[in-house]
Amino acid sequence: MLIVNSPVVETIQVHENIFIQKIHSPEIARTVKPGQFLNIRVSENYFPLLRRPFSICDVEDENIFIMLNVTGEGTKIIVHKHPGEMLDILGPLGNGFNLQGDYKNAIIVAGGLGSAPFPFVTKKLRNDKNIFSFVGGRTKNDVITYGLDNVLTSTDDGALGFNGTVIQLLENNIYKFDSTTSKVFGCGPTPMLRALKEICIKYKLDCEVSTESAMACGFGICQGCPIESTAQKDKYLLICKDGPVFNVKDVVL
Amino acid sequence: MSKVDLSVSIGSLKLRNPIMLASGTVGYGNEIAEFTDLNKIGAIVTKSLSLKPRKGNPPQRIVETPAGMLNAIGLANVGVEEFIKEKIPFLKKYDVPLICNIAASSVDEYVECTKILNVEETIKAFEINVSCPNVKDGGLQFGNNLSAVGNVTAKVRAATNKPLIIKLSPNVSYISEFAQVVKDEGGDAVSAINTLVGTSFNIFTKKPKLFNVNGGLSGAAIKPVALAKVLEISRKVNIPIIGIGGIMNWKDVVEFMIVGASAVQIGTLNFIDPASSEKIIKELENYCFVSGIQKISDLTASYII
Repeated sequence: MLIVNSPVVETIQVHENIFIQKIHSPEIARTVKPGQFLNIRVSENYFPLLRRPFSICDVEDENIFIMLNVTGEGTKIIVHKHPGEMLDILGPLGNGFNLQGDYKNAIIVAGGLGSAPFPFVTKKLRNDKNIFSFVGGRTKNDVITYGLDNVLTSTDDGALGFNGTVIQLLENNIYKFDSTTSKVFGCGPTPMLRALKEICIKYKLDCEVSTESAMACGFGICQGCPIESTAQKDKYLLICKDGPVFNVKDVVL
Repeated sequence: MSKVDLSVSIGSLKLRNPIMLASGTVGYGNEIAEFTDLNKIGAIVTKSLSLKPRKGNPPQRIVETPAGMLNAIGLANVGVEEFIKEKIPFLKKYDVPLICNIAASSVDEYVECTKILNVEETIKAFEINVSCPNVKDGGLQFGNNLSAVGNVTAKVRAATNKPLIIKLSPNVSYISEFAQVVKDEGGDAVSAINTLVGTSFNIFTKKPKLFNVNGGLSGAAIKPVALAKVLEISRKVNIPIIGIGGIMNWKDVVEFMIVGASAVQIGTLNFIDPASSEKIIKELENYCFVSGIQKISDLTASYII
């Protein structure tokens, strides 16, 4: 966990409103693991005030990649940084996905911007596992397949791929996967993760999800990002420090 | 650069410099120690401690606002017992005055917490939180009631000989009246200010963004309010003041000292730049040097009105 100043290398648009920013940050690139995140300062004069959290999207040599959905003031400022302009990055933060294990099938389930951590996961698993990616969104503009392998898509309005939710799409295909040799990795809106948890429990699939929350600091001092634990009722886990990746069995979604 | 004397006193509490880290923005010191050398800081104030552990409020707990943020953490904390067992050993390793912030739901609980913590030598002072806006019991119900603040001050005073600081609420008409009560009942200093009550709503769902509905506003947005409150106390009551509220850089520190603060606390800034305090201390030293100020404490209440 450190604070580094790293220059933007380039910013490319990969989808409607979705950008990938490449940042030269050897210090972060060396240590960051798939599923961890970075908290990036938006402006020198603290307007907007808080850093913005981003999943690590990919790593290539000394460069790191983040995925931006340009919705608010903060992401707008970051996405408009020119090559060579510096970003103040705090990270790597949190715990990433546990990619180890002797499972054969890696099942990636992403909703909307929930695709963000999976290009890096895919890169790490590509040589050892069979990867199946299920990617969904409300409309086709929300379906982000950047950096993913072997993709099936879904949209709530049927404009692209399967007409329905990504969880329904997964369930339609679940007969293909033996629970003892498969592991699920999910990221997306909380209702999607909740549905994913149900499916994984029903079909006895091991599953890790990356969660998100509003937060101020990203490393445990603000206590702003609680998530209910299934084991301990008397205290919350923190998404930034204890997560953002959890085994679905360990958290109440 | 000739040596500038950065040390300040808050009653009998001597600090190497006026920069303290505010309660609720540094946990129990362990995370922030990765970014800032605690041995260089004036003092560290713990997250509010209560007698028993508190789970805190359900999410959402944080909302960003223009030049500030709302929080409604709800005093989540490990409780005094675990604090002594698990957190003090880490803090003992540092040469930094440790101030325990206590939050309670009753006068008896304030006293009980103080008594338990009082025996710990590492703890150099107490800051009593009578002004948290985010809990149902205690907090503001004490903080905006003069006799309640007086009563808590008197009872806690009787339980400790260590410096006693009362953290005041800005959500009152005349904060100086509260500072006067603290002084009358034997308190050594006041911290001003705690957060301002605020809220934020989603315009599409028409629901509050915070689970708790209301939260405490902090950050640069509240600095002018905090300065006015510190000035009010400074002009009316002879008691050391620890200035808090939206400090984002060394200039803000100087401004707080000019209007009456003996020391200050850095709060929300720690979330964005956890290494800021060390930088601010260096910049303050430089400011004093170039301004010909030999003792930074001379700045306190040096306003010209």
